[in-house]
Amino acid sequence: MTPLLSAPGEKMAAVQDAPMELDSEKETKPEILSDGTSNLSGNTASGTLSSPPLTAGGAPKQEDQQTLIAVLQFLRRNKLTESVDILRREACLEDQEDSQTLDGSGGGKGDGDGGDANSLLSRVSIASAAAPQSTLTPIPVKNDQPDVSVVLSAYSQQGDPSLYQVYYTGLKNFIESVLDCHRAELSQLFYPLFVHMYLELVYNNHETKAKAFFEKFSGDQECYYQDDLQILCGLTKKEHLKGNEALLDFRTSRFVLRISRDSYQLLKRHLQERHNNQIWNIIQEHLYIDIFDGMPRSKSQIDSMSGSFAGETRREVNKAKVFYGLLKEPEIEVPLDDEDDEAENEEGKPKKKKTKKDSMGSKSKKQDPNAPQQNRIPLPELKDSDKLDKIMYMKESTKRIRLGPENLPSICFYSFLNAYQGLTAVDFTDDSSLLAGGFADSTVRVWSATPKKLRKVKSAAELNLIDKESDDVLERIMDEKTASESKNLYGHSGPVYGVSFSPDRNYLLSSSEDGTVRLWSLQTFTCLVGYKGHNYPVWDTHFSPFGYYFVSGGHDRVARLWATDHYQPLRIFAGHLADVTCTRFHPNSNYVVTGSTDRTIRLWDVLNGNCVRFFTGHKGPIHSLAFSPNGKFLASGSTDGRVLLWDIGHGLMIGELKGHTDTIYALKFSRDGEILASGSMDNTVRLWDSMKAFDDMETDDFTAATGHIPLPDNSQELLLGMYHSKSTPVTHLHFTRRNLLLAAGAYNSQ
Amino acid sequence: MTEREERRFAEVPRESIKLMAESSGVELSEEVAALLAEDVCYRLREATQNSSQFMRHAKRRKLSVEDLNRALRWSNTETICGYGAQDALPFRPLKEGELFFVEDREINLVELALATNIPKGCAETMVRVHVSYLDGKGNLEPQGTVPTAVQSLSEDLLKYYQQITRAILGEDPHLMKVALLDLQSNSKIAALLPYFVYVISGVKSVSHDLDQLNRLLHMVKSLVQNPYLYLGSYVRSLVSSVMYCILEPLAASINPLNDHWTLRDYAALLLSHIFWTHGDLVSGLYHQILLSLQKVLSDPVRPLCSHYGAVVGLHALGWKAVERVLYPHLPAYWANLQAVLDDYSVSNAQVKADGHKVYGAILVAVERLLKMKALSLTLAAEGSGAGLPGTTTGAVGFRENSPGLSPPSEPLSEPPLGIASHLQAGGAGCPWEEWTPVSLPAMYCELYSFFGDSLAVRFSTGPPLGGATPPGPCQPLEGRKEPASSAPNLENTRKMPQLTASMNISPRQDGSPRMEPQPPSLAATETRKTCSVEVPPGPGLGTTDIFPKARFPLPQAGPPAFSFIIGGRQMGRRCQGRRFQTSFTPTPPLTTHPPRAYAHKLPVIGRVSKPVRRWTCSHYSLHLPL
Repeated sequence: MTPLLSAPGEKMAAVQDAPMELDSEKETKPEILSDGTSNLSGNTASGTLSSPPLTAGGAPKQEDQQTLIAVLQFLRRNKLTESVDILRREACLEDQEDSQTLDGSGGGKGDGDGGDANSLLSRVSIASAAAPQSTLTPIPVKNDQPDVSVVLSAYSQQGDPSLYQVYYTGLKNFIESVLDCHRAELSQLFYPLFVHMYLELVYNNHETKAKAFFEKFSGDQECYYQDDLQILCGLTKKEHLKGNEALLDFRTSRFVLRISRDSYQLLKRHLQERHNNQIWNIIQEHLYIDIFDGMPRSKSQIDSMSGSFAGETRREVNKAKVFYGLLKEPEIEVPLDDEDDEAENEEGKPKKKKTKKDSMGSKSKKQDPNAPQQNRIPLPELKDSDKLDKIMYMKESTKRIRLGPENLPSICFYSFLNAYQGLTAVDFTDDSSLLAGGFADSTVRVWSATPKKLRKVKSAAELNLIDKESDDVLERIMDEKTASESKNLYGHSGPVYGVSFSPDRNYLLSSSEDGTVRLWSLQTFTCLVGYKGHNYPVWDTHFSPFGYYFVSGGHDRVARLWATDHYQPLRIFAGHLADVTCTRFHPNSNYVVTGSTDRTIRLWDVLNGNCVRFFTGHKGPIHSLAFSPNGKFLASGSTDGRVLLWDIGHGLMIGELKGHTDTIYALKFSRDGEILASGSMDNTVRLWDSMKAFDDMETDDFTAATGHIPLPDNSQELLLGMYHSKSTPVTHLHFTRRNLLLAAGAYNSQ
Repeated sequence: MTEREERRFAEVPRESIKLMAESSGVELSEEVAALLAEDVCYRLREATQNSSQFMRHAKRRKLSVEDLNRALRWSNTETICGYGAQDALPFRPLKEGELFFVEDREINLVELALATNIPKGCAETMVRVHVSYLDGKGNLEPQGTVPTAVQSLSEDLLKYYQQITRAILGEDPHLMKVALLDLQSNSKIAALLPYFVYVISGVKSVSHDLDQLNRLLHMVKSLVQNPYLYLGSYVRSLVSSVMYCILEPLAASINPLNDHWTLRDYAALLLSHIFWTHGDLVSGLYHQILLSLQKVLSDPVRPLCSHYGAVVGLHALGWKAVERVLYPHLPAYWANLQAVLDDYSVSNAQVKADGHKVYGAILVAVERLLKMKALSLTLAAEGSGAGLPGTTTGAVGFRENSPGLSPPSEPLSEPPLGIASHLQAGGAGCPWEEWTPVSLPAMYCELYSFFGDSLAVRFSTGPPLGGATPPGPCQPLEGRKEPASSAPNLENTRKMPQLTASMNISPRQDGSPRMEPQPPSLAATETRKTCSVEVPPGPGLGTTDIFPKARFPLPQAGPPAFSFIIGGRQMGRRCQGRRFQTSFTPTPPLTTHPPRAYAHKLPVIGRVSKPVRRWTCSHYSLHLPL
């Protein structure tokens, strides 16, 4: 972790549409950005995805411009003149960059009720990594200080170290004395203040005082900050600070608190009365207080949303419109063959007719108002084989079992036996015919889940001998000699942490500790491409539901969007403060969701790379994500053993499913979205009534405005079933097209 | 929250730092040591935190050394080596001083390499499916057991193991049958495999007890046939146990009444079965086994029963093995055998009887060799378009004979081990290194010089290689033709010493020691009995002749068309076949042939005019019915 920040060649990975000019050396690690709204890549990237080229961001807003200018500054400082030119050309900024004497107060006006004029400025200043934030002076154009020391220099202003305990105690006493309704809200201040004061002491070499401060007050902090406190308590030297990525993140990002206006006034008044400048300064510099009008929140409400590395979500972050609807299915003639009819005759004719109509009707329905434009993201054309597969899918879905609380799915468990190598990742194809496992010994193994064996295509020489005109040419190209139940794919040089099948079952992606994502052909069972870019362990990868695109996320704290035929990423989604642990595509392929070790979830727009949703509430690294089939909801699971449900359209947390006792590694909605299955390290699969969870929530635009809704504690009601495996952690879950639940995991003999 | 104050982190005291510095020759001041100690603590903690990331993504609960190493590697720090073992490292205090250390015992590699205990196997990674919950209700069956090599046994498995071993090695034949059947089909005994293998390796200690040996071999058979077992490295242990039964001069063979021959035949059959069904696992062993068989064969000090084992072993490994090991060795061996057979002293009677066994075994092996070789040549000549008739017949015949074993389709081609390559790629100085293929006529001539007519006769009674008895003349082969009309006659002439080779088709009353009613196992006995019973008593039954005069129902029930003159030295009943010459008295065209010439014309391969289905094909005769 240390070298990430000390690397002298660190550049901002931003400009992706100029791959020739910006070689990969620059993308070692993107700069930490203040938050998603000022995402750099989004503004600059327009590579192959540029269906409406720059129209979406055509008229850059004021703040976007500022960001761009900051980027330009950075590039110029690092003598990347070519990139500067390109960026300028792309963003039509020729004339503006010199006249950038934007003052923070000017920007702050637009920031509404924040009351904190620094919010906008901070975004710019952090992006350019240059501004001492306490002042409202214009951004210095030239700043040659290295980033790290700049960031830390924010602590340089000295208070009397011996008084820190007094200050803190004073605030503590005040908060404990206020009315109950405000106390919960104001208690949020404890943790960020505590951390900042502690760091300040450490930074200024008051080691013993820092230790004493920590001893005295660390016990007051919420239990879900334990992990961070552990990191903190080991840190007693200024030198340690420099190398500690996590704390650097804490510094660079402002901790976001959401406090009702009343509580905020109360606090402000108190601090002003006491002339408690030290605390007030910290609040001003390092915290972002998002003030809302209305009832102060209760303790449980606050707890449900907090816990992330950088505080809560600012409400305006989740205001952007998200097209969560599904794309219109291409119209395909479904040949209704007699076999099916006979099969269903038993159930009576009328029913049969009806189901057919439904399946056809839903496909040809007119565009969902919440769906993105069909061509918002250019998608690959359907091949004949894809159409065949779609037909198969429709046929299967007519036989789908309708699940519900009364009708739970059967569960098949795929146990990996003798996986001494350590099973690290599993994926099923959509039609459940293939099963892939990634192992810690760098291998990827593919199994056939059907009696059909896996065969390779014949060699080129043998293929020449084939009669290409024959009807069964697709059968003839397969080499019968190679038929086997499983195939091993060798190529990675580190544990394989993520595998994902392409929807057409021709490819398999695997991401590994060696920093690469590999694309494997399932025809020849060889590696086709190694996508290099992350340079650090790649924790997860996922194919787009339409193929062609895929997303990967890794230790370098960014997620990257790739197209299979491009060796460089099309988008870089930067903003997470820690490793991106899992990545998933939205069913309409227009969005990507990422979960991170910083305990937040971000939803990114594939079109422009913006972060459009930012969810906090988990108390541990997020290890599983799942979209509901209709694209409206998101479920996330984390090491804290809780599943959280999110309404994407409104940007709200709408449910919390408690029960698991260990990390949740697998989440999956049933094909119709009625059931959510979660699989965990605690060797259980749990089924939740997601329909009820979604229906109970009254989410209208009014409730969305406050950014929080009261969460019922109804996990027990929603839990439909808990199923134990025998010493087998559940690594992956999958619903077949007929709604049979497949679970997979490695049998653990110890 | 209060308890976290009590939680202390592991710290490296400054004394340790100073000690370490001293050991590398640096003197540290108190302050420097304190600073360093603190920094070391911090870095350690940081590395641990980073490594936990790798642990979580590997979906484990236990932090491994590998995780820490990865974290170190990614932070450009040297990794630590030598602690990759899965087992926990015992951290021990020394009572006398305040010293703690990681136990790091020296390992004697020689001891390790020569250790006799069975190493832990590494079973293949596999995926197994089972329906855990149907309609979200009820656990249908517990998740299947895992075919791991060595695991702590569950109570049930332990009980199963005890019951099975008790049943197999016990007295009750019925119970044994049931146990063997279960062993053969139980899908959940993988964890017990090492234990069974261990039990089987006990053959060496019961070499006096034929019955037990037999039971153990049956156990091998069941294990080999169990489709759910992955034998892995245990197959070697099994093979060595089987080889023991084939080759060793068992204590049981001291008593001539003991039918250890059957045991050897059975073991050889088992060996062949292992090679045919688990070829991928034992391919490395093939060469080794050939070598050891050859060694036994070429060692004149070894008792004849060992030689017999070597011959049947070679026979079981396929005709190529016979061609390359037995055939070149035959001239040298023949002299020894001849000496034994020629000695008529009373004291030698037993040895001589053994010699006959060996003789018969060689005859069978050689006959098969010729037959297969001829067939392969024929097929090569025909462009191998006609498939492998020999193979199919062989398979059919085999199945009839041994319903228990899946038929190893006896090869024209090599078994999937690549024997040839093994032989050719064998170590320098291997006898078969310089081996060059002998042409079929040359081979036949040479063999004929050893066996004389007995070889020839056997040929004419070979199985219909053409499969469904195509009539008409036999397949042409290198100009040696036998008039088809002579076939039925010849079959009547099977008066030749067939010895052990054809025992399973000889009626039990014929006095052959091998047919003593001592069933090796119940499971096997029934089939074998039926086999024996199927044979209608031939005319020679009543005689006390050790060699049956005719073992087949005569297709033409009339009187024999010709009689025999035994040429050469007439040795009475215990004649050796070598000097036999046949002459046919009245029969028309054939009798005109001078005997010698006739003999040379004999090898009619692919004789087809057999009127009856011949399940008693001579080249199955070594394959005991199970």
